[in-house]
Amino acid sequence: MKKARVATMWLDGCSGCHMSLLDIDEALIAIAPKIDLVYGPLVDAQEFPEAVDVTVIEGAVSNQHDLELVKHARERTGILVALGDCATTSNVPAMRNPFPVKSILDRIYVEGADVQKKAPSAGVPALLRYAIPLHDVVKVDVHVPGCPPAASSILFVLTELLDGRIPDLKSKVRFG
Amino acid sequence: MSQSISVRIDGQLCTATEGQTIFEVAQANGRYIPALCHMEGVTSAGSCRLCLVEVSGVNRLLPACTTPVRSGMSVTTNSETLAHHRLMALELLFTERNHYCAVCVSNGHCELQTLARTLGLTHVHFPYNYPRLPVDASHPRFVLDHNRCILCSRCVRVCDEIEGAHVWDIAARGIGSMLISEMSRPWGEAQGCTSCGKCVQVCPTGALVEKGRAVEEMTKRNAVVAQLATRRGANP
Repeated sequence: MKKARVATMWLDGCSGCHMSLLDIDEALIAIAPKIDLVYGPLVDAQEFPEAVDVTVIEGAVSNQHDLELVKHARERTGILVALGDCATTSNVPAMRNPFPVKSILDRIYVEGADVQKKAPSAGVPALLRYAIPLHDVVKVDVHVPGCPPAASSILFVLTELLDGRIPDLKSKVRFG
Repeated sequence: MSQSISVRIDGQLCTATEGQTIFEVAQANGRYIPALCHMEGVTSAGSCRLCLVEVSGVNRLLPACTTPVRSGMSVTTNSETLAHHRLMALELLFTERNHYCAVCVSNGHCELQTLARTLGLTHVHFPYNYPRLPVDASHPRFVLDHNRCILCSRCVRVCDEIEGAHVWDIAARGIGSMLISEMSRPWGEAQGCTSCGKCVQVCPTGALVEKGRAVEEMTKRNAVVAQLATRRGANP
């Protein structure tokens, strides 16, 4: 059987969703032979590869780099999964949204600093006005809310996808 | 004397008492209608729009909690149209203000969050509003977080009708509506507030909470309001 090419991606989130993915414990052993993990924080790949079957994305889209990554991933992916509340609702990263970007940067890097009172601009991507959920910028095929989603929900999603079905999570998951 | 009447709920013939609402009759006959602003023990406001139902011969959806039954009425409590509209109302509640469920003291005990799960909401289709809203922590025992308020007005009604203090009101209109205490004084300075905490207990979300609670720690007991109302003869 052909192995599914799976990628994971970590945008503006805390990595808790990736931790919850690892929390499926011994089920990892059952899943491992069925997939090729081709990209993500758990593997050493620099470029997002071509022809990925499933991409699981954690985190909100908060900056220019996130935006480019998620659009790039969308182009090269069959099924895109938004994993966790940040990816599905923008969640905690969105707590900055009521405030203009400049006022936040000034608060931290000017008012909050003793030396070099200046927000960094070189080598770091510009923040977007709002931290937003994935589906605001790309088509998302499966939404898995939760902070983090339960390991059992993640296992259900992966199992269904590997069996060629789109998982129906209605009333199985919740925000928070 | 209230008169006994017959109505049809989802095709089933039900006996009701004149003056009862569709919500009450449906519930008495084992039908589930979702609701966030409705609460046993206080009057209904019809503000959350989640209890919308179809009534034969009426070309718009009606809130079950404020619509009285009439003899011969035929009501549908569940349909594709209703599911669509209820989900839309629920999604709009999530977009209107900032509900960060994960970091809420009411996480896991919130009626809004639970209803989202019950109705199968996995993401919100509308763009979020991200408004900048204040938090009133001036009361010595309680906190009002406007970010999590859905303007259901349960607190307004329980304070007025059960406690008799009428500290709360909804000011302004539409998207600008805000819960205010005593002519927009900080809650801690509201002289009419008896600090009874009924508003906190009936709040369906984490908008009104006790101080000193960490994430997931705020559980509420709103059944106490129905008990009080019953003892006073409001719910015979």
